[in-house]
Amino acid sequence: MKLSKGSQFGLYIVALMTLVAILAETIAPYDPLQVVLKDSLQGPNFKHFMGTDLLGRDILSRIIYGARASLIIGVTATSISLLIGLIVGSVSGYYGGWVDSLIMRLTDIFSAFPYFLMAIIIMTFFEPSMISVFFVLGIAGWTNYARLVRGQVILVKVSSYVEAARSIGAKDGRIIVHHVFPNILSPLIVYTTMNIPGVILAEAGLSFLGLGVQPPTPSWGVMLSEGKDFIFNAPWLIFWPGAALLFSVIGYNLLGNGMRDRLDPRYKQGGESNGSRLVNSCQRS
Amino acid sequence: MIRFIIWRILQCVPVGLGISMLTFLMLSLVPGDPVTLMLGQHASPQIMNNVRQELGLDLPFFSRYLQYVWNILHGDLGRSYIQHQEVTTMLLDKIPITFNLTLVAMTFAITAGVLIGVLSAVKQGSPWDTFTTGFTLLGISVPSFWLGMILQLIFGVILRILPVSGSGGEGFQLQYYILPGFTLGFASMAIYAGLTRSGMLDVLGQDYIRTARAKGLSKPVVVLKHGLKNALIPVTTHAGMDFASLMGGTVLTEMIFSLPGIGTMLINAVSRRDYPVVQGVTLFLALVFVLVNLLADILYAVLDPRIRYD
Repeated sequence: MKLSKGSQFGLYIVALMTLVAILAETIAPYDPLQVVLKDSLQGPNFKHFMGTDLLGRDILSRIIYGARASLIIGVTATSISLLIGLIVGSVSGYYGGWVDSLIMRLTDIFSAFPYFLMAIIIMTFFEPSMISVFFVLGIAGWTNYARLVRGQVILVKVSSYVEAARSIGAKDGRIIVHHVFPNILSPLIVYTTMNIPGVILAEAGLSFLGLGVQPPTPSWGVMLSEGKDFIFNAPWLIFWPGAALLFSVIGYNLLGNGMRDRLDPRYKQGGESNGSRLVNSCQRS
Repeated sequence: MIRFIIWRILQCVPVGLGISMLTFLMLSLVPGDPVTLMLGQHASPQIMNNVRQELGLDLPFFSRYLQYVWNILHGDLGRSYIQHQEVTTMLLDKIPITFNLTLVAMTFAITAGVLIGVLSAVKQGSPWDTFTTGFTLLGISVPSFWLGMILQLIFGVILRILPVSGSGGEGFQLQYYILPGFTLGFASMAIYAGLTRSGMLDVLGQDYIRTARAKGLSKPVVVLKHGLKNALIPVTTHAGMDFASLMGGTVLTEMIFSLPGIGTMLINAVSRRDYPVVQGVTLFLALVFVLVNLLADILYAVLDPRIRYD
């Protein structure tokens, strides 16, 4: 089954963003941290395609480097959530009984805090930095993974191949890692792809509030925060980073939907409109 | 039905206790001595001891937790380290602003979202339907704080027709909530549009709709009276959960539009390390979230009798 045109477009955007992030040093026209006060607050022109900020730094170069921060945080924080969710969910689903009840009630408690609110609260205990954003967003987002993994493990653990592994004396840890995990990968890959845009937006939100990546490190959220005081006389300061953020999130959302169409059997039959798919994905995340 | 409601309420009790334990732990895990944070490093040891005793900080961990729960049940959420005010009083001051903002956002999101969704379902496959798909994608992808700033620029600076910051002082002044409400509700509007569209498409294919058409009823009557009524069930239940999410998600919108609500209070408390305020706001929002989810579940069961939970 091929990816739909929309999802292919999403894939191209994500690939482009990843390339930009990796090749930032090569393609950025200027040093993103270089202060040139005589070029302060220049509008878009031939020398600075997207203009400059208050300190005369080239906005295009900062956007390019900002892609790196977004990508690193998006992938790392999602991996941390995935890892926690994988451990908690598989223990809960595999052992069942009181262990399952206890873990699921804990998950309910953590789920009572909306994701972004949870991230802000945990951030209270950390000094704002890129490293702390990894952990905070990673810790704040584990509950949905745990629920997803638990559900999948419950389905898989009664399979004949798991029974067979148990009957030849395989230990629980081995069964979970070698027989259960490989068979629950598809929904996890889909959910992980769909979760990345939420993490990217949350990182930008935290940085915008001054609780995430700290200046002068280029991040789209930091750029929006720095630009908000000049919104009326230098609107390009907020336009470009916001547009980059929007473009990137659209790419991940489209790709996520395509991945789901490919890997989730419930959506392979088609029949559901793109709009409904997007809404469902949004509700899930 | 009554058994389901009682069971659902009972399920909230351990979650509520868990939330209180988590928020209590939050203050206990804070590095440093809370009394030093409150009084500063130069306060005399005698005064520090007195305050420590007064706040019950010299008690064992579990006694302090019981004291904390007891205080919560009596509406006492502690005292701000910075403003030296009761957190409950501060919260009560800010709740109306956040509540008004959430209400405006919800009203806007549901009205516009349902309208767009119905039109899209009725004109399935048309350019309008394609537009709705793009709009839904845009809605869930656009960063709310960026949208807010763009709206400030367009309506506040270029067109000069709406205020761009503040709440307008005493009382509810709608014009101050229009831009923040749109900003906060934009993503939800897209979700309601998609939900209504898929709900309507499901319903419009049902036998009773065909029967209504066969009886010779006009299209608007069939769509609005027979179709929309049933298609709105998922929208109604989603609205319950959405209200709680929006209330917890007002932080960025309030900051952009300088609205002095709970979100702004939380961010100020976080940046000043005013832990009792962070604790109080967190507890309040989490409990609102649990309560509204409970109401949404009950509403779901009432609206659709087929729905029951184990």
